Amino acid sequence: MTHYKEMIPERPAPHRSIGPLAWLRTNLFSGPVNTLVTLAGIVLLYWLLVPTIQWAVIDANWLGSNPEDCTSAGACWVFIHARIGQFIYGLYPSEEIWRINIVFILFTGFITWLGVPGLPYKRGVAIVTLLVFPIIAYLLLHGGYFGLPRVSTHRWGGLTLTLILAVVGMVAALPIGIILALGRRSSMPIVRSVCVIFIEFWRGAPLITILFMASVMLPLFLPAGVGIDRLIRALVGITLFQSAYMAEVVRGGLQAIPQGQEEAAAALGMSYWKRMGLIVLPQALKMMIPGIVNTFISLFKDTTLVMIIGLFDLLGIVQAALSDSRWLGFDVEGYVFAAFVFWVFCFSMSRYSQYLERRLHTGH
Amino acid sequence: MSVRPQTRSPDSKPPFWRDRTKRALLAQCLLLAALAALVVFIIHNTQENLASRGITTGLGFLDDTAGFGIGQTLIDYSSNSTYGRTFIVGLLNTLLVSGLGVLAATIIGFTVGIARLSPNWLIARLANGYIEIFRNIPLLLQIFFWYFAVLQSLPSARESMSLGEVIFLNIRGLYLPQPQFLSGFGLIPVVMMAAFIASIALIVWNRRRHAATGKRLPTIWLSLGMIIGLPLLVLVVTGVPVTWEVPELGGFNFSGGVTIIPELLALWLALSIYTASFIAEIVRSGIQSISHGQTEAALALSLPGKLVLRLVIIPQALRVIIPPLTSQYLNLIKNSSLATAIGYPDLVSVFAGTTLNQTGQAIEVIAMTMAVYLTISLLVSMFMNWFNARVALVER
Repeated sequence: MTHYKEMIPERPAPHRSIGPLAWLRTNLFSGPVNTLVTLAGIVLLYWLLVPTIQWAVIDANWLGSNPEDCTSAGACWVFIHARIGQFIYGLYPSEEIWRINIVFILFTGFITWLGVPGLPYKRGVAIVTLLVFPIIAYLLLHGGYFGLPRVSTHRWGGLTLTLILAVVGMVAALPIGIILALGRRSSMPIVRSVCVIFIEFWRGAPLITILFMASVMLPLFLPAGVGIDRLIRALVGITLFQSAYMAEVVRGGLQAIPQGQEEAAAALGMSYWKRMGLIVLPQALKMMIPGIVNTFISLFKDTTLVMIIGLFDLLGIVQAALSDSRWLGFDVEGYVFAAFVFWVFCFSMSRYSQYLERRLHTGH
Repeated sequence: MSVRPQTRSPDSKPPFWRDRTKRALLAQCLLLAALAALVVFIIHNTQENLASRGITTGLGFLDDTAGFGIGQTLIDYSSNSTYGRTFIVGLLNTLLVSGLGVLAATIIGFTVGIARLSPNWLIARLANGYIEIFRNIPLLLQIFFWYFAVLQSLPSARESMSLGEVIFLNIRGLYLPQPQFLSGFGLIPVVMMAAFIASIALIVWNRRRHAATGKRLPTIWLSLGMIIGLPLLVLVVTGVPVTWEVPELGGFNFSGGVTIIPELLALWLALSIYTASFIAEIVRSGIQSISHGQTEAALALSLPGKLVLRLVIIPQALRVIIPPLTSQYLNLIKNSSLATAIGYPDLVSVFAGTTLNQTGQAIEVIAMTMAVYLTISLLVSMFMNWFNARVALVER
């Protein structure tokens, strides 16, 4: 064996293992099978992307205001352009749209404040968002007070209605979900079984039958003569459905908190509600945020089902616009637009929840 | 339980609102009383409302004549049939599309999930793109897209697209040839059954032999060969007693063969593509949850690559995959109720839709529909729990 007295100077990496060519070789063409698979992938991508881009961008019609302006073979975005107001605001009277805009701006502001880490007064802003903002939003949207003309709920629609359904469903479901989850972990047998039955019942049935139930059976359950708004009926159904899923998320969060926390609080002589409200829930809620965002995403997608009981959410109003006899045959454009809007919302929310999960993990 | 120093004499009991067990009892009694009051309130209101609308309660309506036709029926059905039969037709249609959907979603989902982990960068990106696109678009929108934008823009029956003049696709649906069994075909299922029993026996024998001697046979290939090969052999020997009834264009439509209506096709496509994107994520995270040390340890024991996957990775990954997979299957079954939006005659569409509108028996109809879904949920989760328990036994 040879003995060296000095370290041999480091040699540069072989040319075959660095640079873009090497990357291509290891990741795409590492063997005959892999090369074939890559080529097949390129063909598939070409076959999918080129006609899509051709249709959606290159051959598309962007300018104009009526169906005759769509002359080339590609997509007719003129249709979306002509209807965009309806898609966002529904049938809300056009001179009152500023009210929706104010609610949108306020909502975005509050959510951004809560979502960006590091901003102060989170607790205060959260309380305002959960308690004060809904009242402001209701007063502005519904009107009838302070000289604002009243806009009845059957004129609400489009993306506005989608957001209202999702946000109200979520905010109303959270407290019910917390109570159900606490009840499911309770040591009292009757409370526990009532909660388990409630949760499993709503989770076992499809949302659409629940919406049917809310729209057909709710009026039967209430005293005769009590009329109940169609939007409220949908909201009741969505909230009950969502609270069962919420309860499971909360239960997951509660289970992640070590038993010692509650025992320590009990050792200090705290009552049940103090133990839960001051020790367990604040820690658990932090762990639950990604789960809450995920259930919110699925609720956001599920709000499309309200069109089956006759409300015009974003998908409902797009579907209605497609049957307009002046604009026939633009189905693909309408669906692609709606899909794009939903996708942007859901994708950004899921990215945010992944980011939160990573941020929460570093604490351990 | 917190222990407190006894300040009172032992025979003087604390007031009942300080006693934990009594307080719990009281709280539960109050809850029960509140629930009972709510139920009584609802029942009272419902009875009054129903009486004022002149609807009689009860399941008697199930024996009445339905009076409407259904586009796709797996059992004999006509507009003279009863509402009870409508219920069964709807239930079977729900089960049909759910079963097909679960099958397709599992195949697509596992393929995409494994492709997502491919060392090939392009394939992994493509799989990721599939997942991110399809799971972030509402299912109802996807159903509408397939139904209204794709299947409704297909050519009419006269200009059908065809595959070798045997399979036809047009705006009215997909037409497939139907096998017609001639006499003498009855032997085939018997042979297939025998081959099936023989392969089970072979697997049991092989397992015992493997435990005793360490030798093993490739039983999977042997049994597959028996189950497929023997019936084929009998088929050839008996002179192929099967003819295919090919759909034929007559007038404005096809006759003969099997027809898959476009509603079923759209629902099936959307359900499987949507659910597959979730299953793919589950499969990916399941496989990734197995630490690389497991593979290395198995290779260090000089297990061949195929066995590493089959004996080490997959059994452990399945334990992680199965619970969320179950809830995806249940979601798919529940989501099949969206059929009502495009008019596929599933349970919700023909029973909770048409039947409810015609009879007004809201409570009975909705209760029966919900009961069906709850039963299916319960059965599927029972089966998957049993399967999960079997897989979990691998753990020591």
